[in-house]
Parts: sequence; C-alpha cells; structure tokens
Amino acid sequence: MDQTNILIEKKEKEVLVDHFTGRKYKDRLFLSAVIFFSLITISFVFLIIGAMVLKGYHQINWSFFTQVAPDTFTAMMAKSSGQLIPGGIVNGITGSLYLVGLASLIAIPFGVLIGIYLYENSKKRYAAVIRDITDVLQGVPSIVVGLIVYLWVVVHITHGYSVLAGSVALSIMMLPLIIRSTEESLKMIPDTLKEAAIALGTPYYKVILRVLIPTSFSGLVTGILLAVSRILGETAPLMLTTLGNPAINWNITKPVSAVPLLIWQFYNDPNMVDLIWSSTLFLMGFVLILNLLSKWIAAKRRF
Amino acid sequence: MNEINTTTKPSILSIEDLSIAYDIDKYAVRNVSAKIEKNAITAIMGPSGCGKTTLLRAINRMHELYPNISTKGQIKLYDENIYDMSTIKLRRKIGMVFQRPNPFPTLSIYENVIAGYKLNGIHMKRSERDEIVETSLRDVTLWDEVKNSLHKKGTFLSGGQQQRLCVARALAFKPDVILLDEPTSALDPVSTAKIEDLLVELKKQYTIVLVTHNMSQAARISDNSMFMYLGELIEYEDTKTIFTKPKDPRTEGYLTGKFG
Repeated sequence: MDQTNILIEKKEKEVLVDHFTGRKYKDRLFLSAVIFFSLITISFVFLIIGAMVLKGYHQINWSFFTQVAPDTFTAMMAKSSGQLIPGGIVNGITGSLYLVGLASLIAIPFGVLIGIYLYENSKKRYAAVIRDITDVLQGVPSIVVGLIVYLWVVVHITHGYSVLAGSVALSIMMLPLIIRSTEESLKMIPDTLKEAAIALGTPYYKVILRVLIPTSFSGLVTGILLAVSRILGETAPLMLTTLGNPAINWNITKPVSAVPLLIWQFYNDPNMVDLIWSSTLFLMGFVLILNLLSKWIAAKRRF
Repeated sequence: MNEINTTTKPSILSIEDLSIAYDIDKYAVRNVSAKIEKNAITAIMGPSGCGKTTLLRAINRMHELYPNISTKGQIKLYDENIYDMSTIKLRRKIGMVFQRPNPFPTLSIYENVIAGYKLNGIHMKRSERDEIVETSLRDVTLWDEVKNSLHKKGTFLSGGQQQRLCVARALAFKPDVILLDEPTSALDPVSTAKIEDLLVELKKQYTIVLVTHNMSQAARISDNSMFMYLGELIEYEDTKTIFTKPKDPRTEGYLTGKFG
C-alpha cells in the first residue's frame, strides 16, 4: 500500500516537473524565434542600405549635387572610356523639393483644419463620414490619384505636365496622413487644458490658435514630416502629372523632374545604370533624416 | 424647501430657480435658488453625481461646454443676469480653478499668470504686466518660491505650487468671484493646508465658491455650506449650523457618513 502510494507520488512529481520544463522549453523556443525573425528583418534593412552605399558612393561627389542629369550620349562616352558618369541629379533634387514644398503648402492647411474639425466634433455623424472618407483616401492607389489629377489638372488647367499637377497629386496623398496625425495629437491634450483657457474668457478660435496648436505642435510637426517622407519617394503619380525635365525648372505650369522620376529614367537607360544607386542612396538618406528628425521632435513632446 | 435665504448679509450672486438638464429630462440641477454671500467662502457638498460641479460650472457658464445641455432660471451677478452677458466678459469676472492643476505646459510661470491677457491678445506695458504677475503671485504666497525662476515652464513646479499658480492665473483678472472645483483633491495634505490658508486669506478681497468632497475641509474654511442631493439643494445654512444642527435628515445622514 505504502509502496504504491510512494510510486504514485513519484509519478505525479515527474509529470509536474515535465510540465514545467516543457513550459520553459516552449518559452525559450518562442523567444529565440522572435529574436531570429527580428534579426532577419533588421539584416534586410542593413543589406539594402549596404548595397546602396557600396554601389552608389563613388558617384556621390560635388557635381552630383550641382549638375543636372547627363544625356545618354555623354553617359555612354564616359562609360566607354572607363570614367565616372559626369553630371548629377540637381534637376531632380530641386524638382522634388519644389513639388513636396508646394504639396505641403496645399495639404498642411487643409489637413490641419480638417484634423481640428474632427477633433472638435468627434461624435458628430458628419465627422464620422469624413473620417471614413479619409481612410478610403489613404487606401487609394497612388497611380489612381495620378490619373485623376492628370484628367483634372494636366488636361484642363495647365494643358500639359506641370509642377502644379504633380503637387496636387502629392498633396492628395499627404492629406489623410496629416488629418489623422493632427486629430491624434490633439486628442492627447488633456481636456482640462482647454477648459483652463475657456475659463479665462478666451474666445474659442483663440483657444485653438494659442493653446491647442502650440501644445500639440511637436505632434503636428511629426505627422507632417512623416507625410513628407512618405511622398518623397512617390513615383507613379508623378509620371502621370509632371513627367520629368532634363533642366532645372521653377515655372509652375511647366514639367519638372524629381529624384524618383530620375531613378526610373536611369533604370530605363543602360548607359546610366550607375546613377541609379547614388540617386537611391540620396533619396533613402533624405527620408531617413526626415524620419529621425520627426522621432527627435516627437521625443521632445511634453506629455 | 429650496427657497433658502440664510443670510441678510450682502450677497453678490443670486441663483434664481436654476434647473439644468442633460438631454431632455435628465436633470443635473433642479430648481435651485440661493444667494451667495460676498467676501465669504461658500462650500457646496454632496455625494458624487449630486450636481454640485454642474451648479458650480453654471455660475460662469462652463457647463455649456457639455453637449445637449439646457438651462432654465437665472443667475444674477449683482443685478445683471449672467445668461445675458457675453461668456467672455463673464468669465473674466468669475474665475475658475479646477480639480487638477492645469498650467499651460507651453508657457512659463510668468506667462501662465498673465495667460488670460496673453491668450486674449490684450497688450499692456511691461511694468503693468510685471505688477500683475507679482501681486497675483504674492496673493497666492508663491512669489518667494518662484521669483527667481519666473521664466521657467510652469509644469516644473510641484502639484501644490502648480495649483497655486492656477489660482494666481484666475486672480490676474481681478475677478469678483472665484470658483474652485475640488481644488485640493489631487494634492497632498501639506499643499492642501496651504491652499486652505490661502483661500481664507483671499476671501477678504474675493468671493469664493468651493465644491468639495471633503466635509472636514468645508467645516474648516467655509462660512456657508450647501448640501445637494440628486440635483436638489437640500439645505443651505451657515457652516456652523449645518454641521451642528442639520435640519434635514438627508443632510445629517451625509454628514455622519451614512451615505456618500
């Protein structure tokens, strides 16, 4: 009797121990799987950046930032004599800055105002509809945006590819991002702060301008910077709206180049393949800096 | 029962048959009439949800920020119905301090005190501004603690100091009445004592209306006390009477801790 009892107890203990070691084992397995997959993801990022740096760094020099893209003949001549391709991408850089700047000028006021409206009237049905439409807009493929802007602006307003058309397309892509980030960063402000301002006899528009916006400023800027870095690499809508330009252009009704457009152009020209890598490196670096900048500003947020 | 005029002393505010409803028939405040004594501390007590905060907010029309609110009756500041005044003008005459200290995080201590002027774009000479800041901060006994760091952010102060800064901000307009909505519920005992001393000092210049959950606080510092229950004003007497000889059994029940 005693013997069997002891045996049973022993058996139970073993099962218990087994159970625990089993859990521990599973825990370790899970942890190593998580680490393994995150390492793979990270290594891809580093591989991409590494490939770009290795292939692109020797093209990055002073003329890369000061000269326009070469024509295919010059590139071919340089290539056949074993030299670096002369010229740079300054038409793309200025064009990108022009397009993104103008797109921001259009999208920021609209986006911030709509964001404020959604925050203020979050429970109204009209606001809910706008919020849903914003989500839909965010899901519209960029080529579709490009096509619509082509029909509206290129065909009817500027009668040809233009900076204006490109900026309108990019601003449509920026809008939902800015609207949502504005609403979210305003939501983070405690209501008591708004009440404090109202209780001081402040008219409502001044509460918005002098309390809500300054308090959520870092959040607003972060959202805008992320939206900018998102559209910097957009190519498809630009192909249909601003096409590209071998020279620097500041005329709003004329076509302009952009860095992603140049990359596409270099890709299609076997003589200029080398310029792809330096251009992608530049674009990637620029987006990375914007991302880091927005992270830094977000970290300075006070609450 | 609701027509209680306890005092023959000079009054500054007179609440006349005030009812406030959320939605259509959910009354937060029901047929309240009372006169608020000038240069005194009036405490509003009652269990949670009895309408005391709504009543307090009605005095400077902050309750209108709630959605679907309807208000009947009137409140007179001296002889003027506040519901006929512009909210902007009214809120400069009747200041408010909230439950949690809420200085503006983007502004310095100095700017927080004159925030009322700054936010409204009222321009003043530098000397005028300095004077308002100094007297307001002295009034709340914060001047000596912050005079060397006036241009630091207000959020660096301790909770109690922040709350005194908020009182100073309300004082900067030289209002007639100051409303306080449980001003010490987020503070430690030492800071609470400081605020209480401050309020007793301030009633020489201002009229104070205070919502409090803390009965002993009402007993310590108030001159008159209201007891509200389910939106109705049950009893309104001078504090000594209400705490020693409450007339209504509900008041007695609340004060002895039978409910609340």
